[in-house]
Amino acid sequence: MKKILNDPNDAAAELVDGLVDYYNGKVTKVGPGAIALTDIASDKVALLVGGGTGHEPIYHGLIGEGMADGAACGDIFAAPPPNIILEATRAVNKGKGVLYLYGNYAGDVMNFKIAAQLAAAEGIKVETVLIWDDVASAQPSTKEDRRGIAGLIPIVKIAGAAADKAKDLDELVSLVTSARDNTRSVGVALSPGSIPATGKPTFELDDDSIGIGMGIHGEQGVGIEKMMPADDLAEKLLNLILADDLILESGDDVLVLINSLGSTTMMECLIVLKKVKALLVDKGIKIYDVMLGPLVTCQEMAGLSISLTKVDDTLKPLWDAPCSSLGYTKL
Amino acid sequence: MVAADLRAAATNQKLYYMSKETLSPNEVREMLIAISDKIIESEELLSEADRRLGDGDHGLGMKRGFTAAKAALKALEPTTVGQVFSTTGMTLMGTMGGASGAVMGILYQNGGTALGDADSLDASGLSTFMTAALEGVTNLGGAKPGDKTMVDALAGAQEAAAASTGLSLPDAMKAVSDGATAGMEATKAMIATMGRAKTLGEKSIGHPDPGAVSVSIMFQTASAYVG
Repeated sequence: MKKILNDPNDAAAELVDGLVDYYNGKVTKVGPGAIALTDIASDKVALLVGGGTGHEPIYHGLIGEGMADGAACGDIFAAPPPNIILEATRAVNKGKGVLYLYGNYAGDVMNFKIAAQLAAAEGIKVETVLIWDDVASAQPSTKEDRRGIAGLIPIVKIAGAAADKAKDLDELVSLVTSARDNTRSVGVALSPGSIPATGKPTFELDDDSIGIGMGIHGEQGVGIEKMMPADDLAEKLLNLILADDLILESGDDVLVLINSLGSTTMMECLIVLKKVKALLVDKGIKIYDVMLGPLVTCQEMAGLSISLTKVDDTLKPLWDAPCSSLGYTKL
Repeated sequence: MVAADLRAAATNQKLYYMSKETLSPNEVREMLIAISDKIIESEELLSEADRRLGDGDHGLGMKRGFTAAKAALKALEPTTVGQVFSTTGMTLMGTMGGASGAVMGILYQNGGTALGDADSLDASGLSTFMTAALEGVTNLGGAKPGDKTMVDALAGAQEAAAASTGLSLPDAMKAVSDGATAGMEATKAMIATMGRAKTLGEKSIGHPDPGAVSVSIMFQTASAYVG
C-alpha cells in the first residue's frame, strides 16, 4: 500500500500537528496528543472527545465551534493514554466540569476511566457517555457490549450544541444520552484498511465477499456474504437498524448518515442514500437532515455504514445550531 | 585471551547464570530491562497473534511501551524494588495507549505499590506482586479467567506464585512462568468475550490471546533471568 508518510511510527504525532495547522490558531496543542480550542467560553460545560488516530476526521477533527472543546488522540488505532486525556481535560475545564464522549472500546474505556479518576483527584468533575450505536455488535439487551461507530457524528454534533447551552454537567449528560439512545448504525466492509507502521491489512476478506457488521477498526464481521447490488445491500443494512429496539414509526423524523469507511466513493454513498431514502419514505419516516461522506474511516478501508438518529423537539434545535470543524460543519 | 581474562570472563558468566535467591532493586531493574528487550524483539510475533483476533497492532504498542520503559529503567537508580516496577508501569501506561497500555501499566504499578519499600524481591514478594497485579487488572478491565484475555495468563501466574512462597526465588519464578504459559495456552480453546475479539465468537477458538502471549513471554524471561 502506497502511503504518503515520513517515518510511519511518527504518523499519529504528525497528523495531530497537521490538524492544529488546519485550525490555524483556533486550536492549541496542550500536550503531545492533547488538543483544545484556543478560546473556550469561561462559563461553559466542556465536551471532550477522544480515541485512536487513523480514523480521520474523527475524533480530533470534531473539535470546533459548536462541537467538541478538546480531544485526546492516541496512536494509530489505539486509545490515548490517561496522561494525554488528563492534559486535555485540564485544558478544557472551565470549572463546570467535563463530559467524556467516546466510542465503547475496551482500550478507550480503561484509559478514560483512569483519566477520570486522576481528574477527580484534582477536583475536576467528569462524567462519561459512551457511544454504542453499532447494532451488529451485540444484542439490544446488552447495549454496553456494543461498539461505537459512525453514529458518533450526529451524537457529537448534538453534544457540541448541548454543551453550549447546558446550565450544568448533569443537563449535558441527559441531552447527550438522549442523542446516543436515539442513534443506531450498521456497517459493511468490502476490503481492509492497513496499519501505516506495518503496511499490513487489518483483516482478510475474499474478493467477492463482504463483511456485514464490521467495526471501524477492522474487527472481523459477524456475517460474511457475497457481493450484492447496492439496493439489496442498502435494504439489508437498513433492515438491521429497523429491526433493532429503536421504535421508528410513520411521522418520525430522522437524521441519516451514509458514511464511507475510507475508499468507498461518494458515488457509492449517494446510490445507497437514494435507496435508503426510498425505503424510509415507504414507511412514512421523514428525513430531517442528511450527512454523507468519509467521516469515520479506517485508512483505505472500503465499505460504508448507515446511521439513523431519531430527533424530537428537544434534539432538533440542537441539530440545527451552526457548528464548524474539520469533520462536520453546519452553516 | 590471557588466562586472567579468561578467568574473569568465566566468573562474569557464572555470576550471570548463577541463580538468585533474592533480587536487589538493581537486579530487578536488570530483569525488567531483559523483559523489555525480549518484548521489543517479539514485536512481529505479538502483532501476528493479534491479527488473528484483533487489528494486529499489539506488538507495536508493546514495543513502543517497553522501548520507553527500557530508557526509563536505564536512567533509574532504584532504592526499592517497588520503585522499579512502578516506574515500568507508569512509563507503559503513559506511552502505550490502547487496552494493553492501561492493563500492562496497572499490572506493574499495582504490583509495585504492593511491595511498599521492600529492598529485595523474594518468592513471598513475588506472590504479593502477582496478587496486587491481578487485582489491579481485573478491577480495571472487568475480565475474569476464562474470558480469553491476558487475565488467564496472569491468573495462572498468580496462583503459581501463591503456591510457591516457600520455594527459592528461581523455583518460584519458574512456577510463575509455567503458570503464565499454561494460562496463555488455555486461551487457545476459549471463546473471546471481551475486547475487539468478542465479535468473532467461535472463530476465536484455536488462537491464543495476544495479551496472554505477552504475559507469558514476560515471565519466561524473568525466570531465565533469575536462573
